[in-house]
Amino acid sequence: MKHIISLGILLFGLWVGLSGHIEPLLLSLGLASVVLTLYLAHRMDVVDHQSHPIHLTFRLLRFTAFLIRKIVVANWDVVKRIITPGKTISPRMVELPLPQHTDLGRVIYANSITLTPGTVSVRLAHDTIMVHALAKQTAEVLRSGQLASVIPEDRASGNKKE
Amino acid sequence: MIVDFASWSCIIAGALLSVIGGVGMHRFPDFYSRMHAAGTTDTLCAALILLGLGLQAGLSLVSFKLLLIFAFLLFTSPTATHALANAALQGNLKPKLDGDQPEVKP
Repeated sequence: MKHIISLGILLFGLWVGLSGHIEPLLLSLGLASVVLTLYLAHRMDVVDHQSHPIHLTFRLLRFTAFLIRKIVVANWDVVKRIITPGKTISPRMVELPLPQHTDLGRVIYANSITLTPGTVSVRLAHDTIMVHALAKQTAEVLRSGQLASVIPEDRASGNKKE
Repeated sequence: MIVDFASWSCIIAGALLSVIGGVGMHRFPDFYSRMHAAGTTDTLCAALILLGLGLQAGLSLVSFKLLLIFAFLLFTSPTATHALANAALQGNLKPKLDGDQPEVKP
């Protein structure tokens, strides 16, 4: 129930933010469309703690701030490699362990790896992830597991895959 | 005045980054490493340009929409990049790796 309510608030905020209308008639029409969307989502049974992780909101926000800092640093590193003349890259493929035990955690981890320039997640297997790294250092940074340890996910959840 | 200066520096830095990303796409030797160069235009370049535009727009509906664009980019661009890389690997495109590294089985 709380997922439905929070999704409703989010959708209505989105509606107001995108339309900018605050006349009563249009607001009530927007509210009606939000309610219809909520009903459909409820009927399709797609609103649960995994598709709409409100219990992770705070940690996700903190993680986003952390990730943006990482992205800036990694961008600077790749830019330096591009503008320095000569051979500056040594591409490699590395297999890394995938310590996350929920699908959501794995998706966040793989997408974070891809978002930081210099590393791209190429293949997800059962408990490993294959990463193409631009240089030895970028691969080492990932191997140190600093990023993997801060991925937000539920620790005590029972939905381990397979 | 100060806001103008900040927003223009953001936009110019973003534009420079996109040029550098383009240079990198030509300099790097193979598909996979070029993807990293494209990654810089994907992330910091887009973020800086959107931030610059947002500073021009001030606190309004427009900047809210710019923020939404940034949020969606944050979700969609790594997904697209991963799909591309995975498709390349499945299609037997061998990455050019450094030194004596083991062959990558698709």
